[in-house]
Amino acid sequence: MIALLMRDLRLAVRAGGGFGLGLAFFLIVVVLVPLGVGPEGNTLARIAPGILWVGALLACLLSLDRILALDYEDGSLDLLATAPIPLEGVVTMKAAAHWATTGLPLVLAAPLLGVLLNLPGPAYPWLVLSLLIGSPALSVIGTFGAALTVGLKRGGLLLSLLVLPMYVPTLIFGAEVVKRGAEGLAVATPLLMLGGITAGAVAILPFASAAAIRVNLR
Amino acid sequence: MRYAAGMELSVEDLAIARGGLAVLEGLSFRVAAGGALILRGPNGVGKTTLLRTLAGLQPPLAGRVSVPADAVAYAAHADGLKSVLTVAENLGFWARVYGAGGIEAALAGMDLIALRDRAAQHLSAGQKRRLGLARLIVTGRPVWVLDEPTVSLDAASVGLFGTAVRAHLAGGGLAVIATHVDLGLPEAAVLDVSAYRARPSTPVAGGFDEAFA
Repeated sequence: MIALLMRDLRLAVRAGGGFGLGLAFFLIVVVLVPLGVGPEGNTLARIAPGILWVGALLACLLSLDRILALDYEDGSLDLLATAPIPLEGVVTMKAAAHWATTGLPLVLAAPLLGVLLNLPGPAYPWLVLSLLIGSPALSVIGTFGAALTVGLKRGGLLLSLLVLPMYVPTLIFGAEVVKRGAEGLAVATPLLMLGGITAGAVAILPFASAAAIRVNLR
Repeated sequence: MRYAAGMELSVEDLAIARGGLAVLEGLSFRVAAGGALILRGPNGVGKTTLLRTLAGLQPPLAGRVSVPADAVAYAAHADGLKSVLTVAENLGFWARVYGAGGIEAALAGMDLIALRDRAAQHLSAGQKRRLGLARLIVTGRPVWVLDEPTVSLDAASVGLFGTAVRAHLAGGGLAVIATHVDLGLPEAAVLDVSAYRARPSTPVAGGFDEAFA
């Protein structure tokens, strides 16, 4: 399974691997928002948590259809399905590789981009922590969506429509953590909810993803 | 490579479907260790579907496939190569997945040593195929289920492939191969699956009808 993770990471950083796509999108969204909204610091500070979380979520969404579609097209998915790694392990590693190449760079870039949105000082640790806890759920849920739509030509639109509703709880609680952090309120409740969503998704969805792939490979 | 003794693949009264329509039915055969079975039949008769069923990628409509657990190495039309990885990286990945040792024997067996640091995207179609077949050798699995393995191979490469299959059989492995060309394996049994073609309108019992679901 480690071999699969290493291969996916290597593929992501080689030419045309799509590494940095999500990060670039996140950067563009966050840079454009102040230009569109105007330079009033108070307005920006109020919308910053939401914009940062929405931007991270959309950036994640952008690269989801690559998770399994490429392996399906070149036949690797058939071969992985007959390999000694259980499919549940395959999808978990795929999600982990997606998180490491998309989610983790977003977590690291978010505090820098928070400055552009005049995010209040006390919110920074909560921004990083909430993204760190919430973004694995985005990758795991996204892998489930990719598993449902694998084998469909141009399944990207359907994938987004399927995945977006499942992203909503993570978005609500993630942004809530940052908002409360900015105002100096207690963040424990939304943070625990966010962690619960991630833990639940990581525990359950690999089985659902593997089942979906099995059906789609028939 | 020597495999555990007593490997056997057997199929009893198998019926299979493609796209919700039965294509083959009443199929029974046995392949013992050291044996090879060549599947023949016109295009669309269901050879690929049969092989995918043997590999466990799709369930049979009826009947039984018995094959030892985790014994099948499947190779299809697509080789599953990553174009930005080199030959050695592609093969090394599968070697690690299957927990196999080195890739040198497989590289040598398919005449790929000179190409080992070439990215897969710069290989010719026949070279890609050879790399795909080298993957079979590194899996170390005793049952090879191969779908048109010789597509785009030249005569010399078909010879290399024949040698690899013969070494595999001599080690106690077995193979089921769908092909239209002569592989130079006179000892292999030949099965023409068109004799088992399903009756044209056989409805799929309990099947999923996409139009009326």
